Amino acid sequence: MKLLTHNMLTSHVKGVTKGYPLLIKATEVKVNEVEFNPQFVSRMIPKLEWGALVQAAEELGHRQDLPGELVQEYEKNEDFLKKVHRVLLEVEVIEGCLQCPESGREFPISKGIPNMLLNEDEV
Amino acid sequence: MSTSYPTPLYSHAGRGDFQEVYEPAEDSFLLIDALEKDADRLQRMSPCVCLEVGSGSGVVSAFLASVVGPSALYICTDVNPAAAQCTAETASCNRVSLQPVITDLADSLLPQLCGKVDILLFNPPYVVTPSEEVLSKVNEVQAWCINPHSYSVGFIFQVGSTGIEAAWAGGERGREVTDRFLPAVVQLLSDKGLFYLITIAENDPEEIIHLLGQSGLKGESYLSTRARNERLSVLRFHRNQQT
Repeated sequence: MKLLTHNMLTSHVKGVTKGYPLLIKATEVKVNEVEFNPQFVSRMIPKLEWGALVQAAEELGHRQDLPGELVQEYEKNEDFLKKVHRVLLEVEVIEGCLQCPESGREFPISKGIPNMLLNEDEV
Repeated sequence: MSTSYPTPLYSHAGRGDFQEVYEPAEDSFLLIDALEKDADRLQRMSPCVCLEVGSGSGVVSAFLASVVGPSALYICTDVNPAAAQCTAETASCNRVSLQPVITDLADSLLPQLCGKVDILLFNPPYVVTPSEEVLSKVNEVQAWCINPHSYSVGFIFQVGSTGIEAAWAGGERGREVTDRFLPAVVQLLSDKGLFYLITIAENDPEEIIHLLGQSGLKGESYLSTRARNERLSVLRFHRNQQT
């Protein structure tokens, strides 16, 4: 699971009002080399919750020097885009779980894929 | 005349670890044909976020990725964990990047994807079967089928599971899963977004077009075919203000 995907996930356990962002508890993390596509990164940034991305990167120990706030005019800033690229696409959680910040319910991540299915009593 | 795009590799679907995954069939290929027919429009749109609900083998999203290219995010959901893994494998074989998530429809992706999906795809469980409600009263044992596309009176197929039957059992009028998803379509689609949906005649496609029309989405039957005993159509929708 890439952090880009994590940024889009919310817990909908019954009764939960603040199910975002999910906390990440990783037991296996991989860093792969992914071809840098500045246009892709640039277009994704406005669709992200920046704070959630930084928090997730921090939780995995992969934040490095990613800034806490978005830099101005990032479209032309290749250095910055490369930092975002690494965190969004190259860091992958292979095993672990995502935890609902309100209920504590854990959603497993197995073979790189998060399982967000709820049980009948949680819906 | 547009360029012809090759069908992605998918021979691993339906075998070994992916035995419980829906093997691409005429419905999958019709959806692929519809995307190919619309290739120019899809490319000109320059989509950013694409979502396929119920990706199964992942072949349709892999095809979309080959048409639209690597500057978009492709998310694929499925309730079947084997399908999600198969989607990952299909991505790998075809050298595209797909992000699988095991979830029911687009649950867990809302509200973050609200108004952000530029291309939305759904090849739903559309076969007419007894509904879950009917079965819970009858207390029948689930039987497993050989060929879901030819309705056979001796078997009972259940809506609401997460195994292979989830791929095609559509309940009453084959509409139970589609109808659950329609409200989410309205939320997910971006202003310029396109939604492609597979239906068979029994699903009453005109009614689906009418229902989404009431929510401001304009729809039409974009491509049709007849396969075995099914009259398949791809419906295509976009928000009303778009020309």
